[in-house]
Amino acid sequence: MSSIPADGEPPVAPAALLSIEALRVCFGGPARAAAVADVSLAVHPGECLGVVGESGAGKSLTFLAALGLAPAGAAVSGRVRLGQTDLLAAPEAVLDRMRGGRVGFVFQDPMTSLTPHLTIGAQIAEPIVRHRALARRAARMRVLELLEQVRMPEPARRMRQYPHELSGGMRQRAMLAIALAGEPQLLIADEPTTALDVTLQAQILALLAHFKRERGMGLVLITHDFAAVAGVADRVAVMRAGQLIETGTVREVLKRPREPYTRELLSASAEPFAPNPAAPPGTSGAAPAVLAVDDLEVRFAQSVGGVRRRWFTALEAVSVTVAGGEALGVVGESGCGKSTLMRAALQLIRPHRGRVQWLGQDLLGLPARRIRRLRRDLQLVLQDPLASLDPQLSVEQLVGEPLQIHEPSLSSEARRVRVHAMLERVGLEPALYQRRAHELSGGQCQRVGIARAMILAPRLLVCDEPLSALDVRAQRQIRLLLAQLRRGQGTSLLFVSHDLSLVRHLCERALVLYLGRMVELAPTAQLFTRPLHPYTRELLEAIALADPDLQPARLAKVALGEPAAPLERPGGCAFRVRCAHATALCAERSPPWVSAGEGRWVACHHFRLWADGMLSP
Amino acid sequence: MLLLGSVVTGRPRRFGPRSRYTRAMLGYALRRMAGIVPVLFILLTVSFFVIRLAPGGPFAGGRALSARTHAELEQRYGLDRPLGAQYVAYLRALVHGDLGPSYSIRGESVGALIAAGLPVSATLGAAALGLALLAGLPLGLGAALRRDGLLDRGLAAFAALTLALPSFVTGPLLALGFGLWLRWLPVAGWQAGAARYLILPAVTLALPLAVAIARLMRASLLEVLNASYIRTARARGLGRARVLWRHALRPALVPVVSYLGPAATYLVTGSLVVETVFELPGTGRYLVQGAIDRDYPLVMGMVLVYGTLTLVANLGADLLHAWLDPRARHEPR
Repeated sequence: MSSIPADGEPPVAPAALLSIEALRVCFGGPARAAAVADVSLAVHPGECLGVVGESGAGKSLTFLAALGLAPAGAAVSGRVRLGQTDLLAAPEAVLDRMRGGRVGFVFQDPMTSLTPHLTIGAQIAEPIVRHRALARRAARMRVLELLEQVRMPEPARRMRQYPHELSGGMRQRAMLAIALAGEPQLLIADEPTTALDVTLQAQILALLAHFKRERGMGLVLITHDFAAVAGVADRVAVMRAGQLIETGTVREVLKRPREPYTRELLSASAEPFAPNPAAPPGTSGAAPAVLAVDDLEVRFAQSVGGVRRRWFTALEAVSVTVAGGEALGVVGESGCGKSTLMRAALQLIRPHRGRVQWLGQDLLGLPARRIRRLRRDLQLVLQDPLASLDPQLSVEQLVGEPLQIHEPSLSSEARRVRVHAMLERVGLEPALYQRRAHELSGGQCQRVGIARAMILAPRLLVCDEPLSALDVRAQRQIRLLLAQLRRGQGTSLLFVSHDLSLVRHLCERALVLYLGRMVELAPTAQLFTRPLHPYTRELLEAIALADPDLQPARLAKVALGEPAAPLERPGGCAFRVRCAHATALCAERSPPWVSAGEGRWVACHHFRLWADGMLSP
Repeated sequence: MLLLGSVVTGRPRRFGPRSRYTRAMLGYALRRMAGIVPVLFILLTVSFFVIRLAPGGPFAGGRALSARTHAELEQRYGLDRPLGAQYVAYLRALVHGDLGPSYSIRGESVGALIAAGLPVSATLGAAALGLALLAGLPLGLGAALRRDGLLDRGLAAFAALTLALPSFVTGPLLALGFGLWLRWLPVAGWQAGAARYLILPAVTLALPLAVAIARLMRASLLEVLNASYIRTARARGLGRARVLWRHALRPALVPVVSYLGPAATYLVTGSLVVETVFELPGTGRYLVQGAIDRDYPLVMGMVLVYGTLTLVANLGADLLHAWLDPRARHEPR
């Protein structure tokens, strides 16, 4: 190991765990702009540094390059020290000893970041055997211990499973266990919560804060969202286009940002509880329903090991209407059945039971050809903007395609005029019209998706998590665009999302689903100020606020464990296993769906106690 | 079917991950093998009628036969009976392992012809496949690890050359070089058990396959090395060699394995040319000769042999794929 003496000059931060000085990363010659330009940062033991910026700001690259993990072809210069070791000058063998040993990594998207053909137990054992030199049996015990510490449900079973057999939250827990396996002094978490739903985001953040406190580790939290940083970080660095814009304590940066760019990013981390001008109240229920779902039930056959079969009820007894011009949000955590509801409503899957009516007409008995004609009025925007666009078509062709199908008589000139007008409305520049989807940013792709859906002026637009793949700033822009388009054309909106704050900004009413059942339906304003169901309350508490005064306390209240899995639906009220106020009645009988006045509906035996303030969280 | 253990003893058994997958895989393999039988049946049925619908007949070409001799021959082989009856008779004989007499090769049964020729062809095919994998995989690996290096560029140039030359050119060229000039190896012919006779035809047959495998391996390894989980593995402090061996190799092999099905088809058609060029007593020549002579039983025999081979090769490729990638282990049905 090469120990570099301090060169006589006093070190900048004597106790720094990791110090980065004037780090520069370039790709493809000096003519190109540096991807990371003269970034200097330090992380101290027991401290969390939040690094915030939009995608492409160079925040991940800074830390990957610092530990010798920059992609091939990157020219890295500057000075990086981990303790006494000069990392940029260190040979590969020394770096290998640092990585996974003294420094642990948690990456975004645990599905692609875990080796698909190795069980998670094997993957957690690797750094243990490599860095702690334990024998196999001892390593196995250690793997179990680690899985328990990251609150993996059924650790002994999970350690023998492959990544694709685990849920998103469990995969991220496995990833965290791998990072902790080498007993690191520094943990680098790169967008650890981005692909997860609100509840899991809160849990993973709470776990990170817990380990930082418990182990006195240094923690680097890389994210695009100030709200993720507010509850955990001690200091915050803001990056933009490879440069460090601003650093300071979390309170300084979030409360009194110096730079206009920081202020802009902060405003994009929308305040979910602020009054919402975008949703005019009182429209709900007034107009006749465009879409009415009645007593819907959807089941899937599950084959276990290819032999046994059982039914899994994804959706049960769901009845809801979307009025003309209304925006209805459907919220709940992953696996709650919200996407299933959307797909059943659009006749993309066949429900087991129940009715779906479109403008008073029963959709279930209709032949496929009639439904295809109705699709013109029922348009869809999907979650992954890149994957849902045909890679061979240009932007102009993509947006023109629905017109070709539904208005074949239109001349190509007339079609082009309408396509260009639509593209202009969604804010895409003419320079992009001939590009293919992979040449666009995530936000631009989603604009194309929206233009494609809106060009037929549908009566109902159905969105399935349209914003969760985007960073905060793009999210805000697309959200505003959706609201504006909807108002302009009087389109109804069915908005499926795990993100309550988005629903709050876009929708007049929201339906909360839990394990395939309705738990609460209410105007969004009331839902936020006075939730009637404990699950709604839990969802609201999980929302991260970009406020360093409030967020740490909110995060401290979050349960670290995994929520109950959908396959093991308990009898009675399904939520009772997670509910602090469950009684014997809750185990006995499932609560009825009852009106609570003011257009609110709830399924909880004890909602009156909640509503009257006799129970408090 | 594999739950028999627990069915018989009447109590549930607990399966670890290994036995859980072994069981699922074994069930999958058995189901797929059972699926081969109906596919072969359809293949045989279609071939049976299609070759009979083709113009001409087994005794139409060659020497001009008198109408009486012709009728006698047709009667002897049952060709004067209705098609349906011929089909039933063929199937009945097939069930008893009788592939029928060859029309064009006097006094030989199709079964005997295959029994004599198949070992030669199978040895050639297996040797070619083995050589192709042995050469192709390391070459592709090396080319990917040193991208744009000497090996990588050499492979690209060699690939262009090999794919441009058909085996009826490379075969004689190799025979010329190693057989006539260097006199290291026999130019043609076959002696059972003598590897000397196998080398040149196997190399000729393996060349394009080796190049294809090398290029597939190179491309897929390059892609895998860019995957996020490789970065995660590096971030665990695992050295490059270990990351390559444990994390990258198996996923990188998946496209190569998927190619083994089409490769088997190539080996069949390729053996036809190579066996002719090197005068090997294999079965390849029967495929063409039988079709030209309208030797119905011989064609059917070849369809059966090569059909089974292709189906088994594809099944093998799928099973290997499932072994390489646990995500491919569950039947979606």
